[in-house]
Amino acid sequence: MNLAYTRAELLRTLRNRQAMFFSLGFPLVLYIVIAGPNKGEQDFGGTGVPTALYYMASLASFGTMNAIVASGARIAVEREAGWTRQLRISPLSTTAYFLAKLVTGFALAGSAVALLYLAGTALGVRLSGGRWLEMTGLMVVGLVPFAALGILLGQLIGADAIGPAIGGGIGLLALISGTWFPITSGFIYDVGRLLPSWWLVQAGRAGIGGGAWPLLGWVVVTVWTVALTALAFRAYRRDTAR
Amino acid sequence: MTATGVELRGLTKTFNGPGRPVQAVRGIDVSIAPGETVALLGPNGAGKSTTIDMLLGLLEPDAGTVSLSGLESTSAIAAGKVGAMLQTGSLIPNLSVRELVAMMAALYPSPLDVDETLHLCGIEAFAAQRTQKLSGGQTQRVRFALALVSNPDLLVLDEPTVAMDVEGRRAFWATMREFAGRGKTVVFATHYLEEADDFADRAVLLAHGTVVADGPTTEIKARVGARSIRATLPGVGDDELAALPGVVAVARRGDAVELRCADSDAALRALLTTYAGAHDVEVAGAGLEEAFLELTGDEA
Repeated sequence: MNLAYTRAELLRTLRNRQAMFFSLGFPLVLYIVIAGPNKGEQDFGGTGVPTALYYMASLASFGTMNAIVASGARIAVEREAGWTRQLRISPLSTTAYFLAKLVTGFALAGSAVALLYLAGTALGVRLSGGRWLEMTGLMVVGLVPFAALGILLGQLIGADAIGPAIGGGIGLLALISGTWFPITSGFIYDVGRLLPSWWLVQAGRAGIGGGAWPLLGWVVVTVWTVALTALAFRAYRRDTAR
Repeated sequence: MTATGVELRGLTKTFNGPGRPVQAVRGIDVSIAPGETVALLGPNGAGKSTTIDMLLGLLEPDAGTVSLSGLESTSAIAAGKVGAMLQTGSLIPNLSVRELVAMMAALYPSPLDVDETLHLCGIEAFAAQRTQKLSGGQTQRVRFALALVSNPDLLVLDEPTVAMDVEGRRAFWATMREFAGRGKTVVFATHYLEEADDFADRAVLLAHGTVVADGPTTEIKARVGARSIRATLPGVGDDELAALPGVVAVARRGDAVELRCADSDAALRALLTTYAGAHDVEVAGAGLEEAFLELTGDEA
């Protein structure tokens, strides 16, 4: 990890008002719009949890997934600007460059989550300290494969297509991973459980009382992390030509 | 003070062009001693950028080796011995010029002082500006500052002045002269013969992916500084003209012929005595660009 480069990345992100708005403001607004009018509802759709809590967990997973992937995907823009070539002729290692993206992504995701927790509390969400911690800790782990995914996409997809690719991809992942409504059986359930996004959503649900991940969750998240990280590094090495 | 030398041995590179493969570089051997300032000179498509990309390890050669004072380019770069300004590339946004230069400096083991670099590159006046607000010429100067601040033993520049105005160019070369004066190795690509002549100790001429000449710039200049004779001369074959003393090449435009000469005095005497019909005779110093194109084997 390179402190100077990471610091510059954080500073750049903080100053990027549009990115900040869509990474932090968007999930927050969405949450308030969905959960605000129904904040008094104590049993959302038969799940036994209040609406405000259910959607706080949902949007935390959705918002963090977006923030993390988008952060890595900014590599696409930097590649097209010729900046990654400039870095290749500097002593900054590939790993350090990726780590700076990773740290920035987690900082953004962390801020998004903090805002959602605050909004949730304002809407009447009350959890024990242990629940908050468990939910947050699992989310951090669940986000690691998405950090690798963002870095991978940033190298495979051009700057022009990266927006739709992420928007559509994350939207679909969120949908079939049970972000917007509970999925408890059927084909989508069987497929969804093999996706890392499913377990990210489940991490949010840990706060609801859904319990921590079973073994399957850890396996799925680990396998995706290893595979996506390997692919991301391979893509970087292959990306030598102009 | 240290400097890094460059050894390029048998470099070749072929790209998959549309339809058929394009041989961008076909066997380049160049050695550059530590502290030397060398121009890679050649027209567009000569293989300059491809050679520089291989020198910097950005491109894997099909064959051949690159050694920077005994190190592979990736190791020399990781050790912070190399600074480079590539032909294209923009800056990352949302940082001030000073922040960007300072960040780059922090990546290297023995960088130049940031203020000194800003001063050397003449970018102090807009050091507080965000990089996305700069003009094209200003961006180019900041890119140069990024290469310079690393205080490299080997500085590589790929057509650095292309996007600069006349004033910017002059300032740029003044800075470069100062930097090279510290005993650093400087390699730059250019298609301006004058830049090579003014600034480099030595020029390596590239054309069609090979080295066509390599020597002190004075020597190169003598070779390309030949004269040409133009005359109207109907009914005489090219072969006869080419056989005249001092003539190295013949070009024809209708009845007018152009004789490119190593010795224009001898050629002119022979021309006038042999062909009484020759008229409208003109002798001119060959335009640098023209002469250069001829030397590198391109049809203008």
